[in-house]
Amino acid sequence: MEKIIQHLQGAFDVKAVKKQRNDLYFVTVGKDQAIPAVTYLRDAEGFSHLVMITVADWMEKGVFELNYIVHNYQLHADISICTNIDREEATMHSAHHLWEQAWTYQRELKEMYGIEFPGSPRVDESFNLEGWDNIPPMRREFDTLKYANETFFPRPGRVSHDPATYMKQKLYPNE
Amino acid sequence: MSIDWIKLLFTLLGLFIVLNYGLLQYGLIRRITARIGKRIGMPVYQPYIDLVKNYAMRSQITHGVMFYLGPVFRLVGGVGIFMFMPLIYGSYYWSNYSFAGDVILIMYFMFFGMLGMALGASEGGHPYSFIGISRGLSQFTTVEVPFTLAVIAVAVQHHSFSLTEIVAGQQGGIMHWNIMTNPFAGIAAMLAFLGMMMASPFNVVQAPQEIPIGPPTEYHGTYLGLLQTNRAILYVSESILMVNLFFGGATNWVELIVKSFCVFFWPVFVGLVFPRFRIDQSIPWFLKIPLILSIIGIFMV
Amino acid sequence: MEDKKTFIDPDLTKRTVIGPNGEDITVDPIQDYFCDALPKKHEPKRAKIFENFFNWARAESIWVLGFGTGCGSIELYPLLTPRFDAYRFGVQMRPTPRQANLMIISGYLSVKTLKRAIRSYEQMQNPKFVMALGSCTINGGMYFDSYNTINRLDKYMPVDVYVAGCMPRPEAILAGFEALKKRIKAGKAEGANLYAENFETYKANQKKIIRDWNMPDYNW
Ligand code: SF4
Repeated sequence: MEKIIQHLQGAFDVKAVKKQRNDLYFVTVGKDQAIPAVTYLRDAEGFSHLVMITVADWMEKGVFELNYIVHNYQLHADISICTNIDREEATMHSAHHLWEQAWTYQRELKEMYGIEFPGSPRVDESFNLEGWDNIPPMRREFDTLKYANETFFPRPGRVSHDPATYMKQKLYPNE
Repeated sequence: MSIDWIKLLFTLLGLFIVLNYGLLQYGLIRRITARIGKRIGMPVYQPYIDLVKNYAMRSQITHGVMFYLGPVFRLVGGVGIFMFMPLIYGSYYWSNYSFAGDVILIMYFMFFGMLGMALGASEGGHPYSFIGISRGLSQFTTVEVPFTLAVIAVAVQHHSFSLTEIVAGQQGGIMHWNIMTNPFAGIAAMLAFLGMMMASPFNVVQAPQEIPIGPPTEYHGTYLGLLQTNRAILYVSESILMVNLFFGGATNWVELIVKSFCVFFWPVFVGLVFPRFRIDQSIPWFLKIPLILSIIGIFMV
Repeated sequence: MEDKKTFIDPDLTKRTVIGPNGEDITVDPIQDYFCDALPKKHEPKRAKIFENFFNWARAESIWVLGFGTGCGSIELYPLLTPRFDAYRFGVQMRPTPRQANLMIISGYLSVKTLKRAIRSYEQMQNPKFVMALGSCTINGGMYFDSYNTINRLDKYMPVDVYVAGCMPRPEAILAGFEALKKRIKAGKAEGANLYAENFETYKANQKKIIRDWNMPDYNW
């Protein structure tokens, strides 16, 4: 693994490497280098399996962090290529030519976060939310409670409790 | 031509008895299946309730004329088999409308119901109906081949195409039954009978869990009620046919019910033990063992 | 932020196909493949005794549509196992909506599933009942603030019995069947007629959340 990371560092402009476990590394690269890095891992290092493409929304930093997690069946190891893209103009290079399942991931990301993947097939079709017309719901500025209260019919009288305090009151009322 | 009203009455009464018998038997089958699965199972009279409920559905929809006629044809097929089959040997009133060539007519009616169902189900337009029907027709065609040959073997043996005479030839103890005198044809017919009853190894036609229920996918309410009625009549009629052909017929109702009960339960028990065949497995199967057996049966005669 | 997407279902757009003899046939699936008659109200039989008898039969032979949503569909299968054995109560599974009487909504309904559930519900024939499992169908349960799951099922289709719990145990579901039977026998389970009478309200509620309504209003 160390060697693979060194190869990566040699070939690409790696910003940060984080070792999570012996078989799981997070490697941060620039936006334009992410897809080449994934391609390199797939073709040269045997990471042939795309585990997932996922996004973390860092609203405070104003970025989306995209993770491409790939798996090597010989080493039983994963490497995640991370890259930060701008939240406002969320556009990313598409990985559809590498794995077909990337189509679906990108379709989902487009729908849930509004990230554009130019060139990815069928990326504009709706995935889960048929006919969604609001801002993409997984962005953190989207207020789901408000939306749910406006859209669905909340039943009057429903209350939520914090489980810890509520159970404490119920079970040990004297403490 | 004068109509023998009493005979007609007796035939209808017989139909009624057979219907009830079939419904109870179906309930009993479900019960036995449940017991084998360590369940208690539904009440024996459940088929009656289902029937009432289905006839009492308030709204129905239709997909066209053939959609109406499908269940009707099927019912005609079931009743037709019954009408031309002697129930009790030696009784004038209980022998229904059997005549010299009734075996051939009965064989025809068997296929008739299936064809009617095919027309009706295809009008329903559900893809699973098509799959079910095409499987059903192809399987039924292959089932017919060994069965027909076995019937021909029996007919040659008794020099007659009349069920009454075939039964007459088998009187006089168990050693005179066709299953004993011509075991190959008998076994072939019994194997084909498995396919006719569409019990488990050969139930790709309806194949629960696969193409949900095949042909009757779109049928509901009264249509389904008709189909259920027919199922009760048809299956009992087919097992009575087997009794007549190979097990010496019956001289009274008790004998008839005991015998047809045993015959009826042969596919049930086989079905509980063996898993389902795919259609491409079952068709060659019917064209191999039963066919060879039935051909041997013909040469035996 | 994003302009509204208009998603057009390729199977449902109007198109022209060439017939076997070379003629042009215009196909408008919404018009041709579906019947758009609205649901009718079906009066119960006037003679009380018949209606009672039929209601008894309906109660004793409940055919359930095998349609599972949410967490609860996994709770339904034990019903058919030796331990709970719902067959004893005349409950059977039917694979097609045409033959089923009871629809079990077994948990949260996302908007996408709701669309399918409504279609299946409308294809069931008149005496039809709905049983809703779990707090998600009652008031949203733990998904009360989700952007994609409905909160109250009874705004979208008439519900006969609610079974509370998260998830209700099979025993509770059996108790729900008993409650439903009582309701049917008392002649109170007229969900289908209710749906036909208040069709406008139900449709308005459904269309409010199902934004790409690409099917006819009523699918018989
Ligand atoms: S009530 Fe609980 S178990 Fe049922 S669907 Fe909702 S979350 Fe799942």
